[in-house]
Amino acid sequence: MKQLWLSARLDIVESLRARWFMIYTAVFGGIVALLFLFGLTESRVLGFIGLSRLLVTYIQLTMAILPIFVLITTVRSVAGDREAGVYEYLLSLPVSLGAWFWGKILGRYLVVFAPVFLAMLAAVVIALVKGIDVPWDMFGYYTALLAAMAACFLGLGMLISAVARSTDMAQGAAFMTWLVLLLFLDLILLGVMIQGRIAPELAVSIALVNPLQVFRTAALALFDPQLIVLGPAAYVILDTFGATGYKLFALAYPTSLGLVAAGLGFFIFRRGDLP
Amino acid sequence: MIRCENLSKNFRRARVLDGINLDIALGERIALIGSNGAGKTTLFRCLLGEYVYDGKISIEGHAPRTERTRVLGNIGFVPQLPPPLKMPVGQLIEFSAALSGADPHQIDAIAARLGLDVASIRTRPFIKLSGGMKQKLLIAIALGRSAKLLIMDEPAANLDPEARKIFFDLLAERQHNATMIISSHRIDEVAALVNRVIEMDLGKIVLDDKVADDVSLSGRFACRLLARRADAALAKTLATWQFTADADGCVWQGEVAGPDRLRFIGMLSRYVALIADLRLTEKVGAGRTAE
Repeated sequence: MKQLWLSARLDIVESLRARWFMIYTAVFGGIVALLFLFGLTESRVLGFIGLSRLLVTYIQLTMAILPIFVLITTVRSVAGDREAGVYEYLLSLPVSLGAWFWGKILGRYLVVFAPVFLAMLAAVVIALVKGIDVPWDMFGYYTALLAAMAACFLGLGMLISAVARSTDMAQGAAFMTWLVLLLFLDLILLGVMIQGRIAPELAVSIALVNPLQVFRTAALALFDPQLIVLGPAAYVILDTFGATGYKLFALAYPTSLGLVAAGLGFFIFRRGDLP
Repeated sequence: MIRCENLSKNFRRARVLDGINLDIALGERIALIGSNGAGKTTLFRCLLGEYVYDGKISIEGHAPRTERTRVLGNIGFVPQLPPPLKMPVGQLIEFSAALSGADPHQIDAIAARLGLDVASIRTRPFIKLSGGMKQKLLIAIALGRSAKLLIMDEPAANLDPEARKIFFDLLAERQHNATMIISSHRIDEVAALVNRVIEMDLGKIVLDDKVADDVSLSGRFACRLLARRADAALAKTLATWQFTADADGCVWQGEVAGPDRLRFIGMLSRYVALIADLRLTEKVGAGRTAE
């Protein structure tokens, strides 16, 4: 446990000094600042006003930015450290591979999750100061959703880092992963459905496997519980899970996916050459 | 202490270690030499449990790959190239000391003996230090714990002569209770430091020889050099070895660490046309000398 925490702390300190972390923090802090600046809490869309409107917009933007940011920075620093000889030295110290790998994940998870959460928390604090109502249930669920999203893409990033033997390969694979998930959000699914090549149920199932789509649907479900904007696909989802069931699924599935990917990454890492 | 049996390592089709058989006893000081690609670094990484390999390695009866923490707890390692760590020096010391159960003050003390004041650089990122400072710190971390095996990849390459002298003293203090494997491209860099030389080529051991071990690691040579005339380049070089000259700049006197004498003579060979006389006298005890 001591080794795990030491490894986590090491990764946190290394990340806090990295340029990517400063940009990452500035991006999410900036989003909240801009949303307040543009008076989003004053606007009314689909009946949403105040902080709930801001949170909805924030979570949508986060879903667009966080996955690619986490994937690229994770593979860059993990594969980059290996290439630069950091592993050769640090893994010559008496640390178990389990403590090293999972400590790295723990440290990075905190570093990745903290800025997005703290930016959202800052929005809540500002709202309280300004006397704007805070939708606590929505804030709580979005926090959990962000935590699940960070776990999912961090796990995928660690798996890619363990498989790829160079930084270039790792970055390419991370970008392709994100691109495939993005394309299966709408474009490919819509395309094949329009051509009538697959059953709608199968298309919905594919969408449910895609963590990006799962997050998007879950975020929508909070202000559109009947998922009207999804059209007929909503029937499959709600019939299968129910509204609450889907909300839980949207947290459990991506988290499990991230953990399984990280576990697989650890298995590969432990079996192969370390530096 | 270390036994390698039919140790082999392949990278795709390239065979980098080819059936190495090796026995190393406690207290041996080994120079591992060979050209680039000979397999020295790969052998080190196998000993450190960082590579998977064919064959068998045991260090004090334990396999470095499967019993990592137990084996690595007794190994101090100095890499050839310092890792580009962004963490502050203080945290690197604390991290390595906490993992290996060492006292951080002991690491600070060894760094101080090598001429590195840790207190003044504690908050500086490791990556921002000079090459020599990084090397001194990595040596201090490796020697600052009770390691029974020291694996050092060109450890003195970035050290000035004064720091090298102290480094040899530090090794001398450990020579009876630790095994040392020191890698180098050149035998003259490490020959006087070791009592066994292993040369590798294309993944195989091509030479394994004992070395006459008459000069101790902590030995000193008093040196007197007579130059034909004063020369600025020679003066600058000898000043880095802490030599002092007479008023004419022709007679130079100083002290050379025993293990460094080959390196010293190698350096002097560049100025051979200028040298009229050279005397190296071993200091064998307080006030006594032997030429």
